[in-house]
Amino acid sequence: MQVTRDFSHYVRTAGEGLQHIDLAVEGVHCAGCMAKIERGLSAIPDVTLARVNLTDRRVALEWKAGTLDPGRFIDRLEELGYKAYPFETESAEATEVAESRFLLRCLGVAAFATMNVMMLSIPVWSGNVSDMLPEQRDFFHWLSALIALPAAAYAGQPFFRSAWRALAAKTTNMDVPISIGVILALGISVVETIHHAEHAYFDAAIMLLTFLLVGRFLDQNMRRRTRAVAGNLAALKAETAAKFVGPDEISHVPVAAIHPGDIVLLRPGERCAVDGTVIEGRSEIDQSLITGETLYVTAEQGTPVYAGSMNISGTLRVRVSAASEATLLAEITRLLDNALQARSRYMRLADRASRLYAPVVHATALLTILGWVIAGAGWHDAIVTGVAVLIITCPCALGLAIPTVQTVASGAMFKAGVLLNAGDAIERLAEADHVIFDKTGTLTLPDLEVMNAADIPADIFALAGRLALSSHHPVAAAVAQAAGAKSPIVGAVEESGQGVRATVDGVELRLGRPPFCGAETLVGGATLDPEASIVAFSKGNEKFILSVRQGLRPDAQAVITALKARNIGVEILSGDREPAVKAAAHALGIPEWRAGVTPADKIARIEELKRRGAKVLMVGDGMNDAPSLAAAHVSMSPISAAHLSQATADLVFLGRPLAPVVAAIDSARKALHLMRQNLWLAIGYNVLAVPVAISGVVTPLIAAAAMSGSSILVMLNSLRARSASREMA
Amino acid sequence: MEILVILVPLALALGSAGLIAFLWSLRSGQYDDLDGAAWRAFADDEPPQQAPTSASASSQS
Repeated sequence: MQVTRDFSHYVRTAGEGLQHIDLAVEGVHCAGCMAKIERGLSAIPDVTLARVNLTDRRVALEWKAGTLDPGRFIDRLEELGYKAYPFETESAEATEVAESRFLLRCLGVAAFATMNVMMLSIPVWSGNVSDMLPEQRDFFHWLSALIALPAAAYAGQPFFRSAWRALAAKTTNMDVPISIGVILALGISVVETIHHAEHAYFDAAIMLLTFLLVGRFLDQNMRRRTRAVAGNLAALKAETAAKFVGPDEISHVPVAAIHPGDIVLLRPGERCAVDGTVIEGRSEIDQSLITGETLYVTAEQGTPVYAGSMNISGTLRVRVSAASEATLLAEITRLLDNALQARSRYMRLADRASRLYAPVVHATALLTILGWVIAGAGWHDAIVTGVAVLIITCPCALGLAIPTVQTVASGAMFKAGVLLNAGDAIERLAEADHVIFDKTGTLTLPDLEVMNAADIPADIFALAGRLALSSHHPVAAAVAQAAGAKSPIVGAVEESGQGVRATVDGVELRLGRPPFCGAETLVGGATLDPEASIVAFSKGNEKFILSVRQGLRPDAQAVITALKARNIGVEILSGDREPAVKAAAHALGIPEWRAGVTPADKIARIEELKRRGAKVLMVGDGMNDAPSLAAAHVSMSPISAAHLSQATADLVFLGRPLAPVVAAIDSARKALHLMRQNLWLAIGYNVLAVPVAISGVVTPLIAAAAMSGSSILVMLNSLRARSASREMA
Repeated sequence: MEILVILVPLALALGSAGLIAFLWSLRSGQYDDLDGAAWRAFADDEPPQQAPTSASASSQS
């Protein structure tokens, strides 16, 4: 059978006879890797560009059109020791990159204008108390206007547009008071300048924009980075399928290029990437990712298979019924949609703060104007004072309070192996007080482990491991891994569905089903775990039984203890059979557990806890967990989770240990604390500065100092979220 | 105070030069990979990059 790889789906034309592909690369983390990859790829003739992006963990490659097969880059990277996967930029990601650049451009313009207007303002402030001539002051004011007006018109676009959209929709948001404040401040400054007044507010208005843009950019940048990493995760899962392009020819194509009606080949040890029906072949299928059930089910002609299930023993031909994004059971999708809708009602801290903020500020400014008019001041003076109040209460510290902490905290979590999927995940995670774990793949490792390796003589086990290398079967892979086997036995023969055999020094070795090894009698006598898979190994007349199952994550016990120490409730909800769940719950000392739970049951349990006022953190990996992940207050998935669950979870953690769950909770709690502190700092500043502004003695100097002082303090405070990473490491 | 006629335009010109340099560096993608840029400073030598694209296009035709 001829096998080809088809990456044309990912290749773009880069103009001037060049082709371009982006690869997501696993394991790039330092300068050494970068240089090694770039040098290794550039050495291929006709490659014109090979550049690693360390932030996004990707490689951009360009080569002369038609001269190279992209598969060659992946092979080359494999030789260098890196796993790479072709990668397609989602349109949402491209939009975010463009938006992020636009914000940075606005920030550049605003910062330039702020610096220059400040340079002109300081002579005016000091000149006002000494010997500045009115003509010179007017000249400086006009010059400030010349810089600040066009700069604000450009750099203010993100706020003006958003405010306009909100007003057009007859609602209001944070950008409405910002836009009103900036436009009023600039307008009144121009009027003041025309009237040769001592003060103008160009500096305050443009500085306000600068600080707000910093906050907006950080917020945007965090989301952009998250999306980039999430995009990589999707690519790193290497979801390709072997599609029949001829009666006897298969091609490895990305799942995105598979359509209903196609026929794909599913070999033993492969994870199915599509939904479909078996049309030929017979095998066992591990559906633990989908249902949580660890026992294998038999697949034969007519059996439906779902994306995420692992083929165990035989080769199957599958007719695709749904591919790519549509590979879900209808019920799971429906539950998921409902759950996600319910969650979108969650109000972010920043939104809650700004909803209170805008009316208070506008009322204060209005009352100031009215108060001064009633007190006998002229309309002109009253309005100037009112604008001063608007400026000094500017929400820049408020606008920075949340995004700066989020950025720093997400960076710290990123280093600790936790990736954020949602911007407000930190806030929700910090509130969690009850954790629900799924069992299969979450408390247990997704890979199989040999449980009784210690009972078997080391030399026999090593031999079994070497024999196991000749099989694709996942149980065999677990044996090979546990034995640390490196070299396969020459001449080993695999008998489909039975096992592997080989002859060494005239002695026959067999590894596989107990009957295949003539070891049925041993199985009955052995008291083994109900959920373990049993394989036998025979060397001549010596027979051994190996029990292979999913082991608990190495630090599961410690994590449960740590959660209990933090007064967080813990329970297990699993779709698996009762004996298996009971064993895990008992081993971990979790009194609350339920087995054989359906996705709808899981949601019902979460709703029940919600009604009691609990904030539930759901940790799960299976496709059957996806709806409950969405229904919970906040959710986490291991990196090995089904695609859908990973996309639904708010946080994704890497690696074998479960410790990132606790670390993320700690770090989120600290971040939430800092966010609240920042909001109080911002409010505190306003409480101090507003009376000064209302009293009418505020000069632009005081306004600028109060505003930038509060913003800088908030930013410095946010940096404290960094220490979270040190505690975790 | 006549010196202002020289100093103010000079200051503005310097500021604009900075702004233009920033916008140029942004456009040429220098802020796309800040983590990588930090490490690249330690690299002994840059790998051979950027074969002239115009030359390669003409040699092909």
